[in-house]
Amino acid sequence: MADRVGIEVSVALSDAVKQANVDVIAAYPITPQTHIVEHLAELVANGELDAAYIPVESEHSAMSACLGSAATGARTFTATAGQGLELMHEVLYVASSMRLPVVMAVANRALSSPLSVWGDHSDVMAVRDTGWIQIFTENGQEVVDHVFCAFRIAEDNKVLLPVMIHLDGFNLSHVIEPITFPAQSKVDKFLPPNKYPLPLHPDKPVTMGDFAPPIIYTEAKWAQEVNLRASKEIIIKCWQEFANIFGRQYSPVESYHSEKAKVLLLTMGSFSETAMTAIDKMRGEGKDVGLVRLRLWRPFPFDELRRAVENAETLIVLDRALSFGGPGGPVCSEVKAALYGQAKKPKVVSFVAGIGGRDISPSDFEEIINKGIAISEKGSPNEFEIYGVRE
Amino acid sequence: MQNYGVYVPRLVTKKEPFAPGHRACIGCGEALAVRLACKALGQNVIIANATGCMEIVSSPLPTTSWKVPWIHTLFENTAAVASGIESGLKIMMKKGRIARQDIKVVAMAGDGGTSDIGLQALSGAMERGHNFTYICFDNEAYMNTGIQRSSSTPYGAATTTSPAGKVSIGQVSWKKNMPAIAAAHNIPYVATACPSYPFDLMDKVEKAANTPGPAYVHILSVCPTGWRCPTDLAVKLGRLAVETGIFPLYEVEDGKYKLNFDFPGLKPVTAYMKLQGRFRHLSEDILEKIQKRVAADYAELKERAIEG
Ligand SMILES: Cc1ncc(C[n+]2csc(CCOP(=O)(O)OP(=O)(O)O)c2C)c(N)n1
Ligand code: SF4
Ligand SMILES: [Mg+2]
Repeated sequence: MADRVGIEVSVALSDAVKQANVDVIAAYPITPQTHIVEHLAELVANGELDAAYIPVESEHSAMSACLGSAATGARTFTATAGQGLELMHEVLYVASSMRLPVVMAVANRALSSPLSVWGDHSDVMAVRDTGWIQIFTENGQEVVDHVFCAFRIAEDNKVLLPVMIHLDGFNLSHVIEPITFPAQSKVDKFLPPNKYPLPLHPDKPVTMGDFAPPIIYTEAKWAQEVNLRASKEIIIKCWQEFANIFGRQYSPVESYHSEKAKVLLLTMGSFSETAMTAIDKMRGEGKDVGLVRLRLWRPFPFDELRRAVENAETLIVLDRALSFGGPGGPVCSEVKAALYGQAKKPKVVSFVAGIGGRDISPSDFEEIINKGIAISEKGSPNEFEIYGVRE
Repeated sequence: MQNYGVYVPRLVTKKEPFAPGHRACIGCGEALAVRLACKALGQNVIIANATGCMEIVSSPLPTTSWKVPWIHTLFENTAAVASGIESGLKIMMKKGRIARQDIKVVAMAGDGGTSDIGLQALSGAMERGHNFTYICFDNEAYMNTGIQRSSSTPYGAATTTSPAGKVSIGQVSWKKNMPAIAAAHNIPYVATACPSYPFDLMDKVEKAANTPGPAYVHILSVCPTGWRCPTDLAVKLGRLAVETGIFPLYEVEDGKYKLNFDFPGLKPVTAYMKLQGRFRHLSEDILEKIQKRVAADYAELKERAIEG
């Protein structure tokens, strides 16, 4: 069955959710996530997917229903974007704190106001600290692959944390790409049935979601932090086993001609592929540039990132979100924090571009890199540069 | 049955799924209501509880009062959580992932968690037709956070956010009719209850749990702390609420209203209100206005019950 087919990424994602034999889907439609939930509803309606589809009345209820479902031990999926992700906000913390292995696809979208249905990473950044494992994908194949990986990681009894699969709204969610679907037998082998250790069931009553007085809250939160950090090893192991079975290898930080490059660009999400085109061109012209892509956003891969950039002189970080009144793009802030204490580190330049669906072309990337090099040499009075803004 | 009053209490289970030792205030009518509801629900149940007094008093880590599976997540989402539990159980039984078994899914919340912040989630869950029971424990204010008004607070009651003052009588809106809102969703079973009528309460909760599809039970729960009354009055005040017609006990089965206790002559509302500090400031005029409204509402309800 491992044939390549041309298919819209949202539809492919839903087909992968079907292959993962999900039990419960609770979702509320929002552009650009709609094709995902529509196709899932269709699969359930046609009897192709034996799952409960809960057409909830809001994203707050979508995630809340996911909590209840996951707490019974059912394999649980939802998808959202932008405003929907923000409406879920307080519920997201509960999913991770109560260690409920929900998997959610986020078709990343800008936030109102002004209203924009188009892609950027504002929604992601606002939920950065919710305690979820967060993985960025760059193309349709990665999206499909990560549906299987996400369930396996989330439901691993050493992890038991919810996982967000980020795919850029429109730029990735709505494009038609060649995708290889794995044979069902291989999926079943890679992804064992969900065995939630203490599900809600009268046979063994459990109390979930107590309130914590000050004498115990810190311990509860620290346990959560330790658990999320420790999940990195299991994520890496999962990717390794995925590679063994399916032949495609993923890592927390991925590089492209970056090993010896003096100048590095760092991106997250689907724009990485456009950036590669620019890097190819510039390298062809003899420029010493490379690309670093951050795949694992949470838990943040400190060691991998430090290793990936330690030999560079300049690191240009591209953010697709603004941290208003802050030190620069949110990704760049974290990168700077990760490098601050390092003896050997590049100069870091922060760029914000591609917000609210504005495209970044290969020539834009070239310009960003060239400007970044100039800033790292001469300095800039700004905390960060916003690229291509008309003033 | 002869000696009904002697025998029936003995038939009630001695098991306490909601265990003693919780931290509710002395004389709490809401804790009594939860206790009775849990006796009626039995062991084969999963409870989703909203944030509020009952959640806080029953689950301070590392202790619990719950001998049945219980989950609390947030304040306004209990009906949605219950939707997820019900759907999860049902599909896993269908797929053979867990054994088939009759497990009741029950959502519990206060009046704030129901008629205000949780109304949307509740409406959605009722409309979608999940097989679950929703119990609202109505103590007529946000008690957990310190007696702030809700849309279920009665007209004229002083709360910390509807204080009585020189130019205010306290709460200026009439109590939201939550059972009617539930009934308007055309769900198969809606009932009102009060722990001062324990067997009626338990019957209704059991009936609700055994109803296929959504069921809604609205339980008046006297809160001495918030109502500013002596701590030994919870049962008495519950009775007076019913006997004055302020909180009639009725059922709506498949749209048909049935008044469970009728009183040819209702007691005056003052018999109920004078015992509570939250109404202390009300003038005769206002009390008269309330009396008229209660009489009219009661007559309307009776009319509906007669029509069936
Ligand atoms: C989103 C949100 N808003 C506000 C609160 C604060 N809060 C917690 S419980 C509560 C009031 C609960 O009132 P009710 O539902 O009537 O239950 P009671 O405590 O009276 O039993 C409030 C306002 C919260 N926990 N979450
Ligand atoms: S404040 Fe009222 S409802 Fe809450 S525990 Fe005390 S008496 Fe019970
Ligand atoms: Mg209340």
